[in-house]
Amino acid sequence: MIDGKRVLIILPAWNEAEGLPGVLKEIQTELPGVDTLVVDDGSTDRTAAVATENGSPVAQLPYNLGVGGAMRLGYRYAHLHGYDVAIQVDSDGQHNPSYVPQLLAKLEEADLVIGARFAGQGDYTVRGPRKWAMKLLSVVLSRITRTRLTDTTSGFRACNKQMIEFFAQWYPVEYLGDTIESMVGAARCGFTVRQVPVAMRERTTGTPSASPIKATVYLTRAGLVLLLAMIRRMPPHLKNLAHAAPARQPQRQLVGGN
Amino acid sequence: MRLTIITSITGVLVLVYILELLRRQQLREKYAAIWLVIGLVVAPLGFFPSILDSTARRLGIASGVSLVLFAGIILIFLVSLHLSWEASRLEAETRSLAEEVALLRSHLVEHHGYPVRKDGTAATPAQDTEVYS
Repeated sequence: MIDGKRVLIILPAWNEAEGLPGVLKEIQTELPGVDTLVVDDGSTDRTAAVATENGSPVAQLPYNLGVGGAMRLGYRYAHLHGYDVAIQVDSDGQHNPSYVPQLLAKLEEADLVIGARFAGQGDYTVRGPRKWAMKLLSVVLSRITRTRLTDTTSGFRACNKQMIEFFAQWYPVEYLGDTIESMVGAARCGFTVRQVPVAMRERTTGTPSASPIKATVYLTRAGLVLLLAMIRRMPPHLKNLAHAAPARQPQRQLVGGN
Repeated sequence: MRLTIITSITGVLVLVYILELLRRQQLREKYAAIWLVIGLVVAPLGFFPSILDSTARRLGIASGVSLVLFAGIILIFLVSLHLSWEASRLEAETRSLAEEVALLRSHLVEHHGYPVRKDGTAATPAQDTEVYS
């Protein structure tokens, strides 16, 4: 419980047995009273056992579904157990849980809050085609969401109750869908998206793709994902969820009306 | 003359193979129907390759054989597109099932002591190759 709200931290994990104990311990000390859920995305190592040993519930997928599938499972769990807020955190230690209170505070005025790099905090930099791709994405997504977004591919994000229900029913599974398309889908259905600057840490495991060819492929795929996200027909019943969200702007007073 | 023999034998063999797959319950009716129709249309062409010549000429195509070739490519394209669509749908369904299994398992582990293997890995799901089972 934080400020009377039941908060769940979702950690999608695929073969993260090494880094997971550190991340879970940090969350438990930084954020007492917050529940965690490790989504074991068909790991072949001891990910699920390590999570249990470190006192976190686990949802274990029978085989690998990718980040999108793991995240929808996380949101389905959050919805099923009636959580008010769900926060997505990578289990490789890139995301610093001490920023969670700031994400929570921003949820007062938004349905989906992104923890963004390049927004003043930290010194995370990229260059070349990958930078252009990120620039293009932030320009286009800023227009779609009608707010300034600098880091659209960040997996550090917080959702309110309506957003949880939305993502429990609809979460893209394709490449980059978990970050870009999910945000576009939410915005197109009328949810409010905002960002909060955060500093990212060096990832403890794995390496980012750095070669120019890979970066160009990334740019192309990102463009395609974006295009598809823009033209895809959203299931109509999901739009009602956004309308059920608490109104942000104070309603204009009707003077003299009955 | 040789062409007629090759194509007619092929046509008959394909028909027999479809029927055999159906008999062994390896093919769902909805797919079997498509292939049976295709087989029944194509088989006579094997025996009489020239029956489409007049239709082909009316369409501006040199011979019936070319028309069959063209129609065949279109047909194969449509069938594979349909299969891609089916695969997408099936993937979405198995995805939902996997999520459901994970949710149920986590609930059972929390509340009823569902056995978890020592190494923490998921038990291998039963493999089933029969369509009807």
